[in-house]
Amino acid sequence: MKEQVIVQANRYADSVTLMLVSQRVQQLPGIEAALVGMGSPLNLDVLQTLDFQAEISAGPNDLIIALRGRDDEAVQNALDQMEALMRAQGSSASGPGKERPKSLVQALAKQQSNLALISVPGVYAAREARRALEQDLHVMLFSDNVSLAEEVELKKLAHSRELLLMGPDCGTAILNGVPLAFANVVRRGVIGLVAASGTGAQEVSVQIDRMGQGISQVIGTGGRDLHEAVGGIMMLDSIEALRQDPETTVIVVVSKPAAPAIAAKVFEALSKCGKPSVLCVIGSNGGIRGKTEVTAQVAIAHSLLETAQKAVRLAGGVQIPQKPADPAEISGIAATLQPEQKYVRGLFSGGTLCDEAMEILTEKLGLIYSYGPLDPAGQLLDPNKSCQNTVLDLGDDFFTVGRPHPMIDLTLRKQRIKEEAGDPEVAVILLDVVLGYGAHPDPASELVSVLAEAKAEAEAETKVKTERGRESEPHKNGAVFVAYVCGTAGDPQDYNKQVKALREAGVRVFASNVEAAEFTAGILEAARGGGPR
Amino acid sequence: MSIRDLFVTELAVINLGVPSFYEDLLRQGQPVIQVDWKPPAGGNQEMVAALEKLETVREKIEAGNREAFQRLSEAHPYLEGIGTARDLIPGLGERMLLHAGPPISWEHMSGPVRGAIIGAILYESWAQSPQDAEELAASGGIAFSPAHEHNAVGPMAGIISPSMPVFIIHNRTHGNYAYCTLNEGLGKVLRFGAFGPDVLERLKWMAEELAPALKKALQLSDGIDLKSLMAQMLHMGDEGHNRNKAGTSLFYRIVAPLLLKTDLAPKTVRRCLEFIDSNDHFFLNLSMPACKAMLDAAVGVEYSTLVTTMTRNGTDFGLRVAGTGNHWFTAPANYVEGLLFPGFTPQDANPDLGDSAITETCGLGGFAMAAAPAIVQFVGGTASMALEFSNLMYQITYGENPVFTIPALNFRGTPTGIDVRQVVELGLLPVINTGIAHREAGIGQVGAGLVRPPMACFEKALSALAESI
Repeated sequence: MKEQVIVQANRYADSVTLMLVSQRVQQLPGIEAALVGMGSPLNLDVLQTLDFQAEISAGPNDLIIALRGRDDEAVQNALDQMEALMRAQGSSASGPGKERPKSLVQALAKQQSNLALISVPGVYAAREARRALEQDLHVMLFSDNVSLAEEVELKKLAHSRELLLMGPDCGTAILNGVPLAFANVVRRGVIGLVAASGTGAQEVSVQIDRMGQGISQVIGTGGRDLHEAVGGIMMLDSIEALRQDPETTVIVVVSKPAAPAIAAKVFEALSKCGKPSVLCVIGSNGGIRGKTEVTAQVAIAHSLLETAQKAVRLAGGVQIPQKPADPAEISGIAATLQPEQKYVRGLFSGGTLCDEAMEILTEKLGLIYSYGPLDPAGQLLDPNKSCQNTVLDLGDDFFTVGRPHPMIDLTLRKQRIKEEAGDPEVAVILLDVVLGYGAHPDPASELVSVLAEAKAEAEAETKVKTERGRESEPHKNGAVFVAYVCGTAGDPQDYNKQVKALREAGVRVFASNVEAAEFTAGILEAARGGGPR
Repeated sequence: MSIRDLFVTELAVINLGVPSFYEDLLRQGQPVIQVDWKPPAGGNQEMVAALEKLETVREKIEAGNREAFQRLSEAHPYLEGIGTARDLIPGLGERMLLHAGPPISWEHMSGPVRGAIIGAILYESWAQSPQDAEELAASGGIAFSPAHEHNAVGPMAGIISPSMPVFIIHNRTHGNYAYCTLNEGLGKVLRFGAFGPDVLERLKWMAEELAPALKKALQLSDGIDLKSLMAQMLHMGDEGHNRNKAGTSLFYRIVAPLLLKTDLAPKTVRRCLEFIDSNDHFFLNLSMPACKAMLDAAVGVEYSTLVTTMTRNGTDFGLRVAGTGNHWFTAPANYVEGLLFPGFTPQDANPDLGDSAITETCGLGGFAMAAAPAIVQFVGGTASMALEFSNLMYQITYGENPVFTIPALNFRGTPTGIDVRQVVELGLLPVINTGIAHREAGIGQVGAGLVRPPMACFEKALSALAESI
């Protein structure tokens, strides 16, 4: 066994790149453990956890490369591969002639700009955002771990300078038709969207696109904008900007539960803006939805799909109605299940898609366990272990420490799919697949590969059981896979190709998150009815 | 630009962080630029706080830096003559020796500096033997003071004693003066700590024949425009620190006819010209005080965060900043990384030494590496590396020198006016192109290479600037 730990002073790369590189290096032949990361306290801990013996000193600006492998050759090969991967990720030190600006101000000197897209680690993010606002740049702040106090300060500064401060933790925006970070390729149109939720905005914009209407702007506010302390500054500024925007004729607000006073303000702004609007609140009860009444100006929607439908109608388009679940198909599937297959396991990458699915499943099935449950009674103590009906957002901070987001990297989700598929009590595995810029280039192929493995394992197990004669009836199909693909034909991954690949692998793919969740609920209700029908 | 206006303007994005966001925008054909982002100040929160505090007076700092840079770039040094140190250098006491770098006591001096001090004591006849000289130096009988505090500079040990001849450089724009001894050549020389009879003899000859002859020659001119000479040398492959071949040649072309116009004996003229001709670094002792004269014009500009001095005494590195006047920020000097002459090992090297980093402070030397591709092999690099070094230095400097330009960078002005804030924020240290002295007195130069100042100097300066507001 050969161990090698190298510290390269002053070589910084962003965490997403490093995690991807680390993970790829780990999978190389003959490599037992690998860490490629900055010398943060967290990574130094990880190094110990991984049992590396070398005593090193490294600061947050130094790159640590730690490899343990079968022999010198394996380690050397991994080192070479790592360098190649770093180069491929485009974050290695720039060579001669590829001089890149080292700061925002230097970048501004090179290119007249109007928006800063900031995704640096949270502790530095507010400072960069402040600098950008001072330079009269609009800001999309993708970074999380920005304090509430900083958020308030930044938003006040942005407001005073008539600038956007989208975020923190803002993953999705489409400005002037340009998708930023995690966003889909949708047609341009008259519907302006303000969202406190990334995947909420993605789903609504995708559904609007499918119904033939288009988007003028998608503005993300960050999930905490409607918090009492922030006061909805960005939500209100965005509504005002859309009100003044001649291209926008319909305004859509997708929100998370809000402080009542702030919710009232948002509702009032929509009521008075002079343009028809749709308001959708996803999450626990209360907030805007609990406090407000339907008015002529503001339509209330209860799902992301319904939000898109109402917006499309207000924009003069034709909505596609929700397709009710087909009872014959449901009972057909339920008939293939074993009596002990009673539960759903939802493994989501989009937070709002997860919340929406939980709402629907709770309504039909009762308590849903989760790491962030709608009902506190459903709190999982160990999010790594599912319990009865469990639905998880794998994009939650709990799962993303030291790892890229599940929309980019499906490793964790694949692992969890295999675990759940091996659980004899599981009837349905419910998934979302989010396409668009920012997301994995081909998520379907990743999922198909793990599905095949899970199926092979299930069959092998069935065979063993059958041979031992313990099972009277073979475990025919294992768990049923239900998925929703959030994307468009224009997305880099190509919606149609992704759906086709999943369907060919036996996944039941639906046209909306709501439909996928309702279909899942239907199967479980049918299964609960007991025995094959 | 208001949000409303943004909606009708083409989006142009600066991406800080995840490179794939940049690539996605690039793929869509959107105007986008990726910042090569690193945690500010290497993640040092104390420094980030200091930077943030300085942000609160950003306009005052900008005004200060504008003023300091303007002074630096408008300064115009001329060589106006030669005189004796004691008659010219302010504050140079009768039993005082000036040295390179920040203040230092005898106990802390490195080998070559001690050797040079012994040599200077013998030269001044304050002691008759090296042992006596050493005792005198250790006893406190001699005052030591940084040349930089007396409008003077010196290469390597940089020793200036009262009876040494010095060049008189006059910044005619702002009226200040700078002084420097005459360059002795390579090999066993005082500035590397040699003090044998041949060294002292050469120094005497320089004082008794060379200096008076050059003085006479210079009297026939209206002063030699050093700024223009330096601008030309950059176009001829010099960077003004480690390579002064072109500068020396240009100086020779000016001074030879002047010497011939004097009534000096032909033998004297011949010896003087042979001496200058034999020493490629003769011009170093002119480019250094010229830089000093330019930078001194910026000293004391309030709120300015630009560096006015970078220098080394062989033990410590010293930094001074326009806005904090004469205050020294010091930290242990680094070792030079580069090529050693055959027969020497890294153990032979002394830590970084000399006032010659004044050239980098002024935007020459390592900052102008792109102008001197011939030097890079000497310091162990490639021609493309030379371009890269100069390009990098623009990231930590305020502006570009309007007169000193680099052909290979399409005649871009040299990166000038090192901003302490930028150095700390970007974690990007100035690059200094320098010689390596043997750690023992009198052996001389053992190699050349590149060295960086210790970051601690810049961090201390930044803290002091932040505290001062």
